[in-house]
Amino acid sequence: MGRSMLDLWVGIFVVAGIAALVILAFKVGNMSNFGGGDTYEINANFDNIGGLKPRAAIKSAGVVVGRVKSITFNNERFTAKVTMAIESGYKFPKDTTASILTAGLLGEQYIGLEGGGDDKMLKTGDSIRLTQSAVVLEKLISQFLFDKAAEGGTQKP
Amino acid sequence: MVALTISFRIRTLFQATIHVVSSEILIEIKDVNFAYGRRPILTGINMTIPRGKVVALMGISGSGKTTLLRLIGGVMKPTSGEIRVDGECTSALDQQGIYRLRRRMGMLFQFGALFTDLSVFDNVAFQMREHANLPESMIRDLVMMKLHAVGLRGAHKLMPAELSGGMARRVALARAIALDPMIMMYDEPFTGLDPISLGVIANLVRQLNDTLGTTSLVVTHDVQEALDVVDYVYYLSDGKMMAHGTPAEMRANKDPLVHQFVYGEAEGPVEYQYPSGEYAAELKLGARRKASPLGGRHAA
Amino acid sequence: MPHRGMPTVRSIGAKAIDNVLRLGYAARFIGLTLAHSGTSFARPGLIVRELYYTGVLSMIIILVSGLFVGMVLGLQGYQTLTTYGSESALGVLVALSLVRELGPVVSALLFASRAGSAMTAEIGLMKATEQLSAMEMMAVDPIARVVAPRFWAGVISMPLLAAMFSAMGIFGGYIVGVVLIGVDEGSFWSQMQSAVDVREDIVNGVIKSFVFGVAITWISLFEGYDAPPTAEGVSGATTRTVVTSSLAVLALDFILTSFMFSGA
Repeated sequence: MGRSMLDLWVGIFVVAGIAALVILAFKVGNMSNFGGGDTYEINANFDNIGGLKPRAAIKSAGVVVGRVKSITFNNERFTAKVTMAIESGYKFPKDTTASILTAGLLGEQYIGLEGGGDDKMLKTGDSIRLTQSAVVLEKLISQFLFDKAAEGGTQKP
Repeated sequence: MVALTISFRIRTLFQATIHVVSSEILIEIKDVNFAYGRRPILTGINMTIPRGKVVALMGISGSGKTTLLRLIGGVMKPTSGEIRVDGECTSALDQQGIYRLRRRMGMLFQFGALFTDLSVFDNVAFQMREHANLPESMIRDLVMMKLHAVGLRGAHKLMPAELSGGMARRVALARAIALDPMIMMYDEPFTGLDPISLGVIANLVRQLNDTLGTTSLVVTHDVQEALDVVDYVYYLSDGKMMAHGTPAEMRANKDPLVHQFVYGEAEGPVEYQYPSGEYAAELKLGARRKASPLGGRHAA
Repeated sequence: MPHRGMPTVRSIGAKAIDNVLRLGYAARFIGLTLAHSGTSFARPGLIVRELYYTGVLSMIIILVSGLFVGMVLGLQGYQTLTTYGSESALGVLVALSLVRELGPVVSALLFASRAGSAMTAEIGLMKATEQLSAMEMMAVDPIARVVAPRFWAGVISMPLLAAMFSAMGIFGGYIVGVVLIGVDEGSFWSQMQSAVDVREDIVNGVIKSFVFGVAITWISLFEGYDAPPTAEGVSGATTRTVVTSSLAVLALDFILTSFMFSGA
């Protein structure tokens, strides 16, 4: 194996390996999460975050606009404070609603933002005041039963 | 040998340290003991190897000859005692110092120990490429000279797997003398060679020594070849220095131990049988002591 | 050496102590290798040469295996997903299985048996034929000249081979799923792209294969360097390399996976 043949094959090998990595990175995966872009932080308080986890998506109109940075428990108000990192390019008005929604029927939970009509935009460190907590299945069922019982009660003479 | 004399001139260009006072004695071994764990291998060894001479270190297998070579080469340090090579004590040297010392030594291993993934040319050029910053054209000339000295210039393209035993050892010799070492050490250079190759190697040892001014230390148990070629002999038995002298003195030595070795006698102080139990009992012959078919004495 | 008749407990204890000693020696060995890596970087030709023997010669087995594994994933995945009506998620299944787990792990196991055992045998034989001693006597440090280049070549090769395995596997899944079976091509790729995250999945896979590369190369080189200089010694060392490397890869995989994919 001549010296130059050896170098040639090693070169081919390294190029093939890097090409494989590049293909995986660009064609197979999505780069949306990859480092790029500045973000600003805003908060929101929820009564119940359900199954929301850090790094969950934050979507508005179905498009990912940011990621959940951290979730902490507010011991004074007994609510969950969620810190969100929104990409700097997207501005939301002060009366935006933040709801915890589920992707698909049994999928992961994410935060959905619906813009309001306010002129003033949220800045770093602001809190969203209108929030809707996650739907907890047990509460839904007990609510349903309660409604059913109440309905039955009003019907009876 | 023109080739060798030219490379001898070049050797002086390489020597990093030039000893202004070059003593008569190149290697001095004083009261050296070496033990492997609890097993003593060498006891109370005293040797002096004068500059420019060919010295043989002889003994039966397992007498500690190769260990002594390793101690001189700094591979291991003696348990006690001192080994001085060209004035430097090997136990006092750090790793860098040992490497510096080894650059002035050449060693021929028993079966050559050529690098199997390199060609003959690359094997001989190995040390030149690693230690000296020479242009390739000069390396090529030097390699050819060394190979010519051992008679294998035409084989430079071959791989070690394609060489016969004798050829491999000659290439290894060319490799060992690549940087014109101050000391050449040969570990059993004659073992397992056909008579012609044996003669060739023995001659090379002598010629290299005389032409390059190298000091040579030959470890061997090949008595007849060695005695024809060397200037002085040290005889080791069981880790101790038993006798030393010129070849003529060794031949004339009356000590039964030395005599048995030099003349290759089956019977002598060195036992033929490995220590074992009583032979008759082993054959389950009971109390009847039959005359053994082998005759002679047996180790009890 | 424990002889027959010695209580079993003592022999187990002796073996355990032996292994701990050996582990310490191995740790010192890798420390020396890293410390003496200067020569490898000053003369990259040494690493390039070893890259050929570890990387290039492993390419064929990696590419072919990757293709087959991907094709099997496509087949099996389709069978199972059909029962839930989710064939369109086949791309997701194949890609995530490969990139997160099968790519790094299977290519590591193949690498250990092909390149790892070759390294062990080579170094073991060099030791047995006194080539390493000869190098030492020529004032060339065998660890710097022989061991370190092979170490870096192995560490560089492994992530590249794992990436090639995954890429070929996805291609294999595509061939089986889209071309042969008829899953919708658009949803195959689009669902895959939305489910595979570069940082979460691909980078973690690369990190895994890097760690596996270090482990396998370390074990292979150490076993070769420490092998008894006989025929049985070298053959035993080669076997030990493959077994120990494989176990190490699987154990490390578990540890790494629990860190990386624990569900945040």
